[in-house]
Amino acid sequence: MAAVTPLLLLLLLSSAPSFSSESRNAYNINGRVKIPQGLGLGTKGYALPGRMSNVKVLLNGGQNITFLRPDGYFSFHNIPAGTHLIEVSAIGYFFSPVRVDVSARNPGKVQAALTENRKGLSELVLEPLREEQYYEIREPFSIMSLLKSPMGLMVGFMLAVAFLMPKLVENMDPEEMRRAQEEMRSQGVPSLSSLLPGGAMN
Amino acid sequence: MAIMSFIFVFFFFSSLQPILSLYEDQVGLMDWHQQYIGKVKQAVFHTHKTGRKRVVASTEQNIIATLDLRSGEIFWRHVLGPNDVVDGIDIALGKYVITLSSGGSILRAWNLPDGQMVWESSLHGPKHSKSLLLTTNLIIEKDNSLIVFSNGRLNAVSCIDGEVLWKKDFEEESLEVQQVIQPPGSDFIYVVGFAASSQFETYKINAKNGELLKHESTAFSGRFSGEVSLVSSETVAALDSTGSILLTISFHNGKISSQQTPVSNLLEDSLGLAVIIHSSVTGIFAIKTDAATIFIRVIGEGKLEVVEKTNHETVVSDALTISEGQQAFALVQHAGSNIHLTVKPAHDWDSNLLKESIKMDQQRGFVHKVFINNYIRTDRSHGFRALIVMEDHSLLLLQQGAIVWSREDGLASIIDVTTSELPVEKAGVSVAKVELNLFEWLKGHVLKLKGTLMLATPEDIAAIQYMRLKSSEKSKMTRDHNGFRKLLIALTRAGKLFALHTGDGRIVWSHLLQSLHKSESCRQPIGLNLHQWQVPHHHALDENPSVLVVGRCGPSSDALGVLSLVDSYTGKEFSSLRLVHSVAQVIPLPYTDSTEQRLHLLIDADKHAHLYPKTPEAIDIFQSEFSNVYWYSVDDDNGIIKGYALKTKCSGNVADEFCFDSRELWSIVLPSESEKIITTATRKLNEAVHTQAKLIADQDVMYKYISSNLLFVATVAPKASGEIGSVTPEESWLVVYLIDTVTGRVLHRMTHHGSQGPVQAVLSENWVVYHYFNLRAHRYEMSVIEIYDQSRADNKDVWKLVVGNHNLTSPVSSYSRAEVITKSQSYFFTHSLKAIAVTLTVKGITSKQLLIGTIGDQVLALDKRFLDPRRSVNPTQAEREEGIIPLTDSLPIIPQSYITHSLRVEGLQSIITVAAKLESTTLVFAHGLDLFFTHYAPSRTYDSLTEDFSYALLLITIVALVAAIFVTWILSQRKELQDRWR
Repeated sequence: MAAVTPLLLLLLLSSAPSFSSESRNAYNINGRVKIPQGLGLGTKGYALPGRMSNVKVLLNGGQNITFLRPDGYFSFHNIPAGTHLIEVSAIGYFFSPVRVDVSARNPGKVQAALTENRKGLSELVLEPLREEQYYEIREPFSIMSLLKSPMGLMVGFMLAVAFLMPKLVENMDPEEMRRAQEEMRSQGVPSLSSLLPGGAMN
Repeated sequence: MAIMSFIFVFFFFSSLQPILSLYEDQVGLMDWHQQYIGKVKQAVFHTHKTGRKRVVASTEQNIIATLDLRSGEIFWRHVLGPNDVVDGIDIALGKYVITLSSGGSILRAWNLPDGQMVWESSLHGPKHSKSLLLTTNLIIEKDNSLIVFSNGRLNAVSCIDGEVLWKKDFEEESLEVQQVIQPPGSDFIYVVGFAASSQFETYKINAKNGELLKHESTAFSGRFSGEVSLVSSETVAALDSTGSILLTISFHNGKISSQQTPVSNLLEDSLGLAVIIHSSVTGIFAIKTDAATIFIRVIGEGKLEVVEKTNHETVVSDALTISEGQQAFALVQHAGSNIHLTVKPAHDWDSNLLKESIKMDQQRGFVHKVFINNYIRTDRSHGFRALIVMEDHSLLLLQQGAIVWSREDGLASIIDVTTSELPVEKAGVSVAKVELNLFEWLKGHVLKLKGTLMLATPEDIAAIQYMRLKSSEKSKMTRDHNGFRKLLIALTRAGKLFALHTGDGRIVWSHLLQSLHKSESCRQPIGLNLHQWQVPHHHALDENPSVLVVGRCGPSSDALGVLSLVDSYTGKEFSSLRLVHSVAQVIPLPYTDSTEQRLHLLIDADKHAHLYPKTPEAIDIFQSEFSNVYWYSVDDDNGIIKGYALKTKCSGNVADEFCFDSRELWSIVLPSESEKIITTATRKLNEAVHTQAKLIADQDVMYKYISSNLLFVATVAPKASGEIGSVTPEESWLVVYLIDTVTGRVLHRMTHHGSQGPVQAVLSENWVVYHYFNLRAHRYEMSVIEIYDQSRADNKDVWKLVVGNHNLTSPVSSYSRAEVITKSQSYFFTHSLKAIAVTLTVKGITSKQLLIGTIGDQVLALDKRFLDPRRSVNPTQAEREEGIIPLTDSLPIIPQSYITHSLRVEGLQSIITVAAKLESTTLVFAHGLDLFFTHYAPSRTYDSLTEDFSYALLLITIVALVAAIFVTWILSQRKELQDRWR
């Protein structure tokens, strides 16, 4: 999994998004989605398709859908007063849904909070909590990974047996060795040499 | 030796890495993705500039898309909200696509090359009205402007930033504005309309500032009906409501003069119910009646002349200005299996600019719409291309007498999907593609090995990727061992049936159903669902499988039903029936006849049951199971759930032995003032459950309550059935029920206070998972209910089992009153849901995962272990070993477990899971506007080698091992020899 990269904010806020009232019972929700530039694209060896033009902003589970302007601003028109939920759908980024309260009594009052971590927002500026990496990263080729594979282990084990076992046998006391061989023969456990056609000669 | 092999096995298993998700280079191996836009409503060409030629289209599925005019590929596409219906589109300044939507209240501009929204403005007005979009070359305050009429207000909007430059209200209550006209080259606008349907009104407005210059009106003795057709920039044609008088009204310079022409002067017979077709061809307008389309020319001052009367299905395009002062338009007519495309100049009906005859696939039906565009040929004459929309919603580009490209956009509106097996591979039957020979096979694997060892050149990598994607194995037209290759049969809203191959998603056949074709007796046919009619496997292998398509003639549930039987291999409709009864419910019965035809029970609106197929054999089979058939109905509006059983043969009808009366067994009436049914869910009929027992940590056994008659019902407070945020938590609640549908017994009832819908639910085995909105936390929640059979719980005693004193062998029956216990738990979930499904495997051994269609149109796989009511904050050691995950308040979203990886299934509607023959794998098909298909293994593919298994590496290992054996043999021989010499 990709590490959560710290987000850089390149653009500073210029104007505060607000709730402006259009008519008696309909309000507008204005906000902004900020996706840090320079991340995602190209840094991982492939381009994340999370372009600004493919970002959707959804109100109340898709009841209203709006899109972002080039500067990231969006607005919902004709929204009744009450509590609403705004979700951002952007491939490659994880956004927390945002709870937005549109107050009928004092229009223009901003009440927004991320529902994931209950963090309040003073302005309706939505930033991704993290990037999403949809693919496993292929580990670069290394001798270790080859050795760790079942085949590598098999070969390694065989080599160990072939070259280390005789060494072990050599270091043994000849007396003990003979006794062990006797024991093995009496138990009928075939030794490596007796298994092979040439070994049958002794 | 035993220890050695143990160590080896241990190493072998420990080296398997947990890979649940995809590597990026595996995209397209198991999955395919297709993008559609739906039925095109309006199309605008953009061919003036050099560079890519495009066409911008808006569709009935609320999509704005630009397509490549050469290939029909999508450049970009935006799916607007469900209520954001597109009223009009146009191109402004040659670089912006302008859309007017939501009943004329939202005006947006999109950048033509990349689809980035440039500006958006919200237009309001005093009242509802028709919405009209007019792009002009007018320059107001240095800005190019658009004229929009919507909601009773005329707006001039700047093209650059969407700012409203001026506005003018038309508040008069009865005024219905029909047209907004800007005579070319002038700086005023005419707004014409009807007041009180009998008064003709014109307003002349200064286009620079919206000032009213002149207002005139004349009364007309009759009443106007419907639309007006623009004959010239200062003349309109209209039809009165009786269809007997044609009016041409000219308002030159604001002065209204009208001419009335009785239709009888022009035609022998009266028109009957007729409508004026909205077109913009100068001098000509068209009237469409049931039987014919009549083209009428306006000569001079209100003189009318019939130029042509066609009895065929005829479609006419809008006018296209081809050169200074010259207009052309296109006509499309059907003649047998051909269509005739004619392009005529507007001023001269009798000459043709173009006449082409194109062979058209009969399965596309009639032409519904035509849009034309011109280009200059090398010899400086005009060439024309036409974009046509067919009855099956497909989109075709015609140029030079041929179809340049076609798009099957009917697949954007799938109603129901079923699957069918492919034919068995037989000896002698040639399979489409030649098998690879051994050398190529080896070469491929050597390439792959090079890839793993990072020795491959870029060309090699490309070759490997191509080889993997184009593997002939997956797109063969025969059955495979693993059951991956199947046909997906999809019924679309246009009444067309498509068969898609699961290997690569290509269309194997498509068929426009006769039974769902509009006709005299069936005016509004709609498809309802698909069922597997015949699935031959044992004694009827020679027969082809077939599917049953159920539809009805009209939207209401008491409309008469229609049935079609379609061969799954060829797409031939071998039987089409018009029923004499309605279809409210279709119940596939678990019985088949000798030819493997499945018995189906169709329940009509009067609760009579009709048995199909209508054969004596079917009735024999059915009679023996007569008393075991139960069904239920859910009445959402009244909040009543009822259970039924069969009673006798129909009494009233004339000797219909396939019709049965039903009797009501039970009913559950929910209090309508406090509960409203919003969702129901049942188990899939074909779901297999491997074991009823569930071993839990302390060597204990729990028995799952497994019944195929379980129904999940969710109700909400009537106030809370609206959108999120419309109620306070205090006045909103969600109640869920688990009901046995045979006895009507409520097995479980639970209330979530302060919660509301929409609810998405899935029921499988002995559990149900549902998703809803928690108003108090203002977050979405998912809950799980598991239901266990307590009556079997005392079978734990080994002695009882030994003595035989247990009830394990007694059948599970709805008649016996089961003692059940339920366990339940809730978790937060981040996203809204569009669909939810569960993986399905052939034997039900593989652990389950939930497939969640999120609001972002992605499909997320979530292990069922995260929704286990036995999760606790600190699980004991034994529980941990069993695989219980410590409790967290919210469900994790792991990006790698999105099975749609970086793709979107736009407009996601439903997720369908089908079991493959391989136990570990389930086939997943998600559809909406897009289609997405993939193989998914919830517990990894434990029963087969993965695709990236390297045979070459295995071969090398074996060779290395053999070599090692020989080396050691030689060494040991030499050593022995030395020993003897010593």
